Amino acid sequence: MRAFTIAFANSLAAVALLAAAAVALPAAAEEQPVELKKAPGLDTVEANCSGCHSLDYIYMNSPFPNAALWDAEVSKMIKAFGAPINEADAKVIADYLKKNYGS
Amino acid sequence: MLTRRRLIRTAGAGLALAGSGLGLEAARARGLDLPAGLPEGIRSGATLDTLPGKKPLIKLTYRPPNYETPISYFRTAITPNDAFYVRYHLARIPEVDAATWKLAVGGDGAERQTEITLDELKRMPATEVVAVNMCSGNRRGLFQPHVPGVEWGYGAMGCARWKGTRLKDLLDKVGLKKEAIEIVFDGADEPISDKTPDFVKSIPTWKAIEDTTIVAYEMNGQPLPHLNGFPARVIVPGWTGVYWMKHITSIKAVTKPESGFWMSTAYRIPLGKFPVVARFTSQETAVNTPITEMVVNSLITSSADDSKVKVGVPVTIGGIAWDGGYGINSVEVSSDGGKTWAAAKLGEDLGRFAFRTFSFDYVPKTRGKQTVMARATNRIGQGQPTELIANPAGYHNNVVHHITLEAA
Repeated sequence: MRAFTIAFANSLAAVALLAAAAVALPAAAEEQPVELKKAPGLDTVEANCSGCHSLDYIYMNSPFPNAALWDAEVSKMIKAFGAPINEADAKVIADYLKKNYGS
Repeated sequence: MLTRRRLIRTAGAGLALAGSGLGLEAARARGLDLPAGLPEGIRSGATLDTLPGKKPLIKLTYRPPNYETPISYFRTAITPNDAFYVRYHLARIPEVDAATWKLAVGGDGAERQTEITLDELKRMPATEVVAVNMCSGNRRGLFQPHVPGVEWGYGAMGCARWKGTRLKDLLDKVGLKKEAIEIVFDGADEPISDKTPDFVKSIPTWKAIEDTTIVAYEMNGQPLPHLNGFPARVIVPGWTGVYWMKHITSIKAVTKPESGFWMSTAYRIPLGKFPVVARFTSQETAVNTPITEMVVNSLITSSADDSKVKVGVPVTIGGIAWDGGYGINSVEVSSDGGKTWAAAKLGEDLGRFAFRTFSFDYVPKTRGKQTVMARATNRIGQGQPTELIANPAGYHNNVVHHITLEAA
């Protein structure tokens, strides 16, 4: 397994991360945190989406999607990729994406 | 499984890199030469980032890692290993131990099942092919209207000299049954969640047994970089990169079409919309078909867009052209926005699957902006369109490339 290094301001979090990294395979070294727009729903987005992919996927696909397209993306993550997201969270996520990264 | 990612996010608050509304100029200030046609989100968010064993590449996403090659590396026909783009669908990417790695070969379309080690693979007769590996979605980011996906610019591609064992020789070891219609590939990379479909791809048997389809363990004379598929990957010359399974662990001949998500749903193009010859009939539906060979394409790489030139001073317009394996016949360059065209000089021919360099000596005659374009034609007479051929997933963007030069 590759060494996994991230620069952290918060050393306690870094220790926790390294402990977690020991049981999960890193995709690539040097992953930096991705900060999305601070707005209602961000916590839900982070909690549900960042498990499987870095959050740069979200701003990369912006701001062109209309509401229907963001709904389709959230639905694809759940139906095609099996993301374990409940219905309430899915709505919060879709609303956040439409308001902050939509057209 | 989600715990670590949450930790990353939580720990990282305050180390933001993106999303703050920076524009193209800011991207250029970061050393990126991003096309103006990309979505604003990626123009402001892409960074130059260095993966292990790689030069700084244009980072679109960290995880799964999607990093494209800056255009300046395409001034030669061979792309260096450490500048070769990186593309993954799934985030669990183990570093494979060459000593214990085994490749399973068999399937219900084979007479026998076997496993071979890397040493055994390397002891089999070797062959080489110079071939372009290009992501199906290369230039997706330049679609208008934009379509969702990895918003690639021009650099989700590269050309290397691949050395390995013919896939046909591996299949001969297990004996193909006449009912074997597809050859199915799986690699060591896996999804984070076990509910996510594993990345599995197939190609038709006719393509698998071509002499140029190989299982490669060398790239430009070196072992494959980890992020390009160490210790071995499938090379499917002429076809888009999605079939070139990295970290290959399983090759199965099958008697029924592979039906997983990555074949049945993803990587499909509307039927009849593109001038492709290679068909994948066992996977065709009434409306769509898997993407197969690349369409003819070219890229100007000698000068960045909006470069300054001088009236009366010659400048060489250079670049590369490639196609789905028929070979490049000609490249033409226009320096007046497409009104007139002249033949470019073609560079060394490294084979019909390789990048073909071209060059054209141009003397700017008037001050001001000049639109310089390049278009290629292949040996079966296919050219490049001036208008995008729309398709839902953003594939096969081979619209004629142009740059603007400002003469003073």
